[in-house]
Amino acid sequence: MKIITGNDLKTGAVIWWTGQDWSIHVEDAADVGDHGEQILAVEDAALRVNGGYVIDAERTAEGVRPAHIKDRIRALGPTVRPDLTLKPADPNAGNWVI
Amino acid sequence: MYRYDKYDQAMVDARVEDFRDQTRRRIAGQMTDDQFKPLRLKNGLYLQLHAYMLRVAIPYGTLNSTQMRKLAHIARTYDRGYGHFTTRQNIQYNWIKLEQAPDILAELATVEMHAIQTSGESIRNVSADHYAGATADEVIDPRPWAEMLRQMTTFMPEFSYLPRKFKIAVIAAEEDRAAMRWHDFGLRIVKNDAGEIGFEVYPGGGMGRTPFIAYKARDFLPQHQIFSYLQAVLRVWNRHARRDNIHKQRMKILVHELGEEEFTRQVEEAFQHILKLGSDFPQAEYDRIAAYFAPPPFETRLSDEIDRSDPDFAVWVDQNVAAHKAPGYAIANISLKPIKGIGGDITAEQMEVVADLAERYSFDELRAAHTQNLVLPHVRKQDLYAVWQALVEAGLADANLDLVTDIIACPGLDYCSLANARSIPVAQKIAERFADEARQKDIGELKIKISGCINACGHHHAGHIGILGVDRKGTENYQLLLGGSGDENTTQAKITGPGFDEDGIVDAVERAVEHYRGIREPGERFLDTYRRVGMDGFKEAIYG
Ligand code: HEM
Ligand code: SF4
Repeated sequence: MKIITGNDLKTGAVIWWTGQDWSIHVEDAADVGDHGEQILAVEDAALRVNGGYVIDAERTAEGVRPAHIKDRIRALGPTVRPDLTLKPADPNAGNWVI
Repeated sequence: MYRYDKYDQAMVDARVEDFRDQTRRRIAGQMTDDQFKPLRLKNGLYLQLHAYMLRVAIPYGTLNSTQMRKLAHIARTYDRGYGHFTTRQNIQYNWIKLEQAPDILAELATVEMHAIQTSGESIRNVSADHYAGATADEVIDPRPWAEMLRQMTTFMPEFSYLPRKFKIAVIAAEEDRAAMRWHDFGLRIVKNDAGEIGFEVYPGGGMGRTPFIAYKARDFLPQHQIFSYLQAVLRVWNRHARRDNIHKQRMKILVHELGEEEFTRQVEEAFQHILKLGSDFPQAEYDRIAAYFAPPPFETRLSDEIDRSDPDFAVWVDQNVAAHKAPGYAIANISLKPIKGIGGDITAEQMEVVADLAERYSFDELRAAHTQNLVLPHVRKQDLYAVWQALVEAGLADANLDLVTDIIACPGLDYCSLANARSIPVAQKIAERFADEARQKDIGELKIKISGCINACGHHHAGHIGILGVDRKGTENYQLLLGGSGDENTTQAKITGPGFDEDGIVDAVERAVEHYRGIREPGERFLDTYRRVGMDGFKEAIYG
């Protein structure tokens, strides 16, 4: 699947396109098929996302998983600071990242 | 240390308000990202993996307790409670919100700090020996000249749109603690036979994708001609630089392509012309600036005795404390490399502890070292024990300066959007492998430096052991390099051979270290042994 990600313009937070809006949770990412660039053009103008781009991902039983390690790290947070990731209390949070 | 006058303050304040307005316009949609990006980069604001990243300059690594407390306050209020000291005497915050960035810059301005020229095609924060003003082996304190260069080059229009970034380092000692020859423009202050002060000038260094060690262009440049000389260098570069090709824009490439001799010839020609324009600082201005760096009022008749009855303290003294020029004083290095920690990272609380120690025991002075450690430059030997106890309490008393676990590592793929691979976990695994204190001591001085990509922020070209993260078909892979150095005998590290995965690279480092231990001659450091025997034996030990 193809999904869209970028950083929130105001906060810099990593965000994912859900089909209608942006979410900080990769699980919410929607498959955009071939429409990625089109959506990005509109969203760029809407001033929500900064540096948006389209990536490959896979939908697994546990959720949406970006194909590249860089985006998996973006999805969760720095691997060396589990306390600062999106799921700080979850010991299994990072199993799929690396 | 230098204090802003009303002009400095007015310029920095005005810049904050400019940026506030620019940020407002970007958020309101009156500017595109393409328009805004160069403006935010001029104020040290990057966009990284998880958020915006702010890089704050610490000119020549010198700061006082008020500034350190402000850095702590920023970490706590606007970031997630910590900061990261870099290899160029800057500090980076990793979790900055764009909407708050102008407020942070305003806070910094209240303590005479800013993030100007910490990015972009400008003359970057001028770095210097972190022992400046404290070490006995310097000709003079290099910081007045570093400060003058900072003033000359900040906001100077001719230097604002350079072909690429330009990095200056100034030292004044025989021993190079600032990786001076890895800079675009390295300066060593020397005294000639007539007792006059001048510069040895080393242009054309730099790391990154195409590393070059700076060459010596001048044995002696009279000190008051430095600004003319720098202008001449920049003018030649500006004239020829390959602005069409991002990989060829650094000055080192031009020096390489023209050849050292021709580059020097053109610089000298331009220099003769510029010198006549009379743009160099007069002596009175030097004296005015130098007065800010007058030595603190050292006490006399202090004892040189250190009570070493606490064995843990004695270990720390032996490893982390360096000789001071004033009798009864010492230079205390604070390691930011705890075994399970993240090199260069420091919490807001730790920053405050360090600020308190500086205020109480070091004439209110602190230094950030390019090795991602901190320094209390002027501590009475009789106070070292109290300092150490406070550091122990704060988790800052690791006695590993310059040892195998004192590793430089860039943020890598955990934070950096340009990275190929993670650096920090590799540093942590190596540190854990070599955690045993006796073994570290036995190995002796060994500088491991790790970069997460070819940009070489982690100085892998200058590592006795260097590690470079690469992308191998979508997975992290690490190349091993040996034999680099950033000291007075600067050398560039060489790649050993095929790369390794994360665990493999830790094993490979250990094999290289054990090979050294097996074949070293008495008194030899890892680097000495490598230089004596060369790559082959090491290669065999590493790859079997
Ligand atoms: C995380 C954000 C960072 C980004 C985006 C970044 C970007 C870059 C880039 C693009 C280069 C290569 C420039 C060139 O070769 O022309 C570079 C070089 C460098 N950076 Fe960084 N960097 C980052 C963090 C750091 C950190 C944390 C340090 C210190 C630990 C650092 C220190 C350096 C140094 C020393 C160089 C080599 C300078 C040279 O080529 O002479 N950077 N950086
Ligand atoms: S060396 Fe590469 S990965 Fe490391 S901080 Fe620099 S740009 Fe990022």
